[in-house]
Amino acid sequence: MSRDEIKSVVLRVLGRIVPEADMQQLKPDRRLRDQLDIDSMDLLNFIVGLHKELRVEIPEADYARLATLDGCVDYLAAHQSGS
Amino acid sequence: MAEFVMPQLGADMTSGKLLRWRKNVGDRIQRGDVIADVETDKADIEVEVFTTGVIEKVLVQPEEKVPIGTVMAIIREEGKAAAVAVPPVSAVPAIALVPAPPTIAAPTVSAPSSPAEMGGPRLHISPVARKLAADLGIDPVTVTGTGPGGRITMEDIEHAAQAKKAPPVAEATLDRAARMRQIIAAAMTRSKREIPHYYLSTTIDMSRALAWLTQENLKRSVEQRLVYGVLLLKAVALALREIPELNSVWSNGKVMQCPDVNVGVAVSLRGGGLVAPALHHTDHLSIDDLMKNFSGLIQRARAGSLRSSELSDPTITVTSLGEQGVEAVFGIIYPPRSHSSASARSRNIHGRPRGRSHRGPC
Repeated sequence: MSRDEIKSVVLRVLGRIVPEADMQQLKPDRRLRDQLDIDSMDLLNFIVGLHKELRVEIPEADYARLATLDGCVDYLAAHQSGS
Repeated sequence: MAEFVMPQLGADMTSGKLLRWRKNVGDRIQRGDVIADVETDKADIEVEVFTTGVIEKVLVQPEEKVPIGTVMAIIREEGKAAAVAVPPVSAVPAIALVPAPPTIAAPTVSAPSSPAEMGGPRLHISPVARKLAADLGIDPVTVTGTGPGGRITMEDIEHAAQAKKAPPVAEATLDRAARMRQIIAAAMTRSKREIPHYYLSTTIDMSRALAWLTQENLKRSVEQRLVYGVLLLKAVALALREIPELNSVWSNGKVMQCPDVNVGVAVSLRGGGLVAPALHHTDHLSIDDLMKNFSGLIQRARAGSLRSSELSDPTITVTSLGEQGVEAVFGIIYPPRSHSSASARSRNIHGRPRGRSHRGPC
């Protein structure tokens, strides 16, 4: 998957959790939790959503790397099956 | 005969709107069945019934908003004689007795009233609203209907009565979020005014719990992982089981101990607002079931669809605000509970994680 495709999956999963947010306004290098109203349950649902869509195992120790939108895309691109 | 009344689903609820009946006249129902969907300011609730029997009569129509305590249906309890006598089998009926056809179906627009009764223009108003109008001295002709098809509802009559009493105030149409904030404000104000609050605080060493959590989650795939919150909920539940005096509510001027531990979880709603539904039998749930139920409860609370027993049964309210750096939370008791437990961020003191927890009893 290209970075753009991954980014669009990430935004789609995020959109299901935070339906009222405007994804277009999201700054890719700022922490998601500073821009969106998400708690630990939302974060877990986000990780589960990514796992389901992209088949990537994300251990808890790596959650910090998914703090920003760029971080998510970088991580998921690097951990795609086959890469 | 048993009566099914509009339940009070939360200390701040004064009325509810029937959205739809889930059972019809003639249906057999059991304790625990969902009998109706009711709209409150906080959510659409599936209302469960506590009687076993057969629905004999229905008194409130869909889209009608009624005060709590209003009788909505009559249920013939099991084992009791029917209101209508059935002829003995030996009789030779040429016409068989058939049960009355259901008087309610899908939401319908009520038939217009007969002009002869009113002596005026045909009015689109339900019998219940018409009676209320008569009781309150309101002439329905002067009321604008806001129900389906311009029908005059009980709420319209109530507003007209209010407008008569008080000088007219420009009333903006309030959406659900705004209404919810109003009723939460009212409930919390009342709580602070009427319930003497005092606070106890303790700092808890969370290192073992957090270490256990990390180890557990390492072994689990994403869908099975646990959040920190479930450890808090389970701990509170076990504490309540050990000290049952704290598992109580205030009712009719006295403390009533509750037989079950149903921890109410404060859930913030997207777009503002708060609801605190219960996790039933929290002390008996395994960690895995607790996580599953907790997650499901939050989802349904945020989707605005909960069960009535989840709103009426909590025996304590638990708030956890540790996510964004808050160090301490001093909660407000949500009546009729008599206690509230709040915990916040755990941080390292002398190298070991400590969480702070406050309990505010009445």
